Amino acid sequence: MFDKYMIVEDTLRNVVTGDDVTGFQLGVRLPYYRGLGLSMVEDVQVTVDGQTAPASAVSLTVHGNTYKLADLPEVFDDRWEMGEIATVAVDRPGGLGRGEHSVAVRERLRISYMPVPGGGADQKVLTLRD
Amino acid sequence: MLSTAHQIKRGVSFYSYQEECFLKKMSLEDCVSEAASIGASGIEVIPEQSISGYPDPGEGFYRTWDGWMQKYGTTTVATDLFLDTKRYPGRVMTLDEMTESVRKDLDIAKRMGAGNVRAIINTPPEVMEACASYAEKLGLKLLLEVHAPFHYEHPWVIRHLEVMHRLQSPALGFMPDMGTFVERFPRVMSDRALRDGARPHFVELAVETYNNHGDVHGLMDTFNYMGANPVEQGIARLSTFLTWNDPRGMLEHMPLIHHIQAKFYEMTDEGVEYSIPYNKIIPVLIEGGYNGYLSSEYEGNRHIQDIFEVDSIDQVRRQHRMFERLLGEDAGAAAGAPAQGGHSVR
Repeated sequence: MFDKYMIVEDTLRNVVTGDDVTGFQLGVRLPYYRGLGLSMVEDVQVTVDGQTAPASAVSLTVHGNTYKLADLPEVFDDRWEMGEIATVAVDRPGGLGRGEHSVAVRERLRISYMPVPGGGADQKVLTLRD
Repeated sequence: MLSTAHQIKRGVSFYSYQEECFLKKMSLEDCVSEAASIGASGIEVIPEQSISGYPDPGEGFYRTWDGWMQKYGTTTVATDLFLDTKRYPGRVMTLDEMTESVRKDLDIAKRMGAGNVRAIINTPPEVMEACASYAEKLGLKLLLEVHAPFHYEHPWVIRHLEVMHRLQSPALGFMPDMGTFVERFPRVMSDRALRDGARPHFVELAVETYNNHGDVHGLMDTFNYMGANPVEQGIARLSTFLTWNDPRGMLEHMPLIHHIQAKFYEMTDEGVEYSIPYNKIIPVLIEGGYNGYLSSEYEGNRHIQDIFEVDSIDQVRRQHRMFERLLGEDAGAAAGAPAQGGHSVR
């Protein structure tokens, strides 16, 4: 229901560790009208310029707490709040080149009162910021 | 004959302001202040939506909340709980875990000063039963939402009715969602389908079938055979999620009804809800002696946000002007004085 707000404008940046560019990150929201415990966030899939990041390269940071995507199913004491801009980071040596990138994010959420997985998808063109 | 005196009060669920809250255009205090400004003295809140740090926001939050209720002259009348039965990967919560989850939400409601707690529709009747005495001890009512497409003859709701009638606990009951009384297809939904690529003859067929209260369940196959695209199939499915029931169906269950979620999708320039006939609903509530709140629940934002600026504040204000009219508050009666003899209805 808030799919169009999932990808946050002006948040695409490379991640620099020491002297190396080790990946990229952007701000994302849940498409949902309430917060959700992280164990119910089944997937945050990031595709940039047609290339989908492997799940093992993705991590999520909510209010300062960082989790590997693969560890989320066992996180029972932290939540992604409604409207909270989380940071999704993707390990990719060299990061992204300058300029515009087509970014797609698909989130799969386990919503208990729904018979099938919920979630949403968004797609935007973002310019890499410094 | 309809009784004209009533003690129905007006409130707002902050679900209504979700678009603005999501985008941080409104703070939680802004919501309280706005509701108070339109005479909606009863506040309904979804802790998992509005309270950062749920389920343990800390005593500081609760003190701030209490302060707002005092400052703005409002009362917390209801909180809405969710039950994440699929919280653990690969298995469904045990009944004991569900009961513990509900109890935690009852504690939060109690601390916020709410008298009513919305139990989400997937709450099993066994869990309602297991929580009844605890809710009773806290002085709370644990109310199963009756949300479209559910209704009082639905097999799941019948299982709940069995528990309610057997236990006779003052703590158990219903919280009907007025979205079960959608008499005609919401225009915001059909317009959106057209914008999203549904062809007009599909949309017209869905709207016409729905408005004639025809066989909406037959639309899926019909649309499929007509070569429907995914958006068209979506509107066929949507037709089955919306329901029209005679509001008089609430009368039989009125002793169990303690709070009303006044769902709406579009308040028009003429001051009516396009699809939900509140002019038919409110007289039934008055006739049944309902004395709780009509709690606004605006849900139009998701259908218009693709091209329109959502203005939840204006929509809720319009709904309350309609309530004032239908409750007789605009006939000169003071908004705060229903207990002293009630209002007359036009």
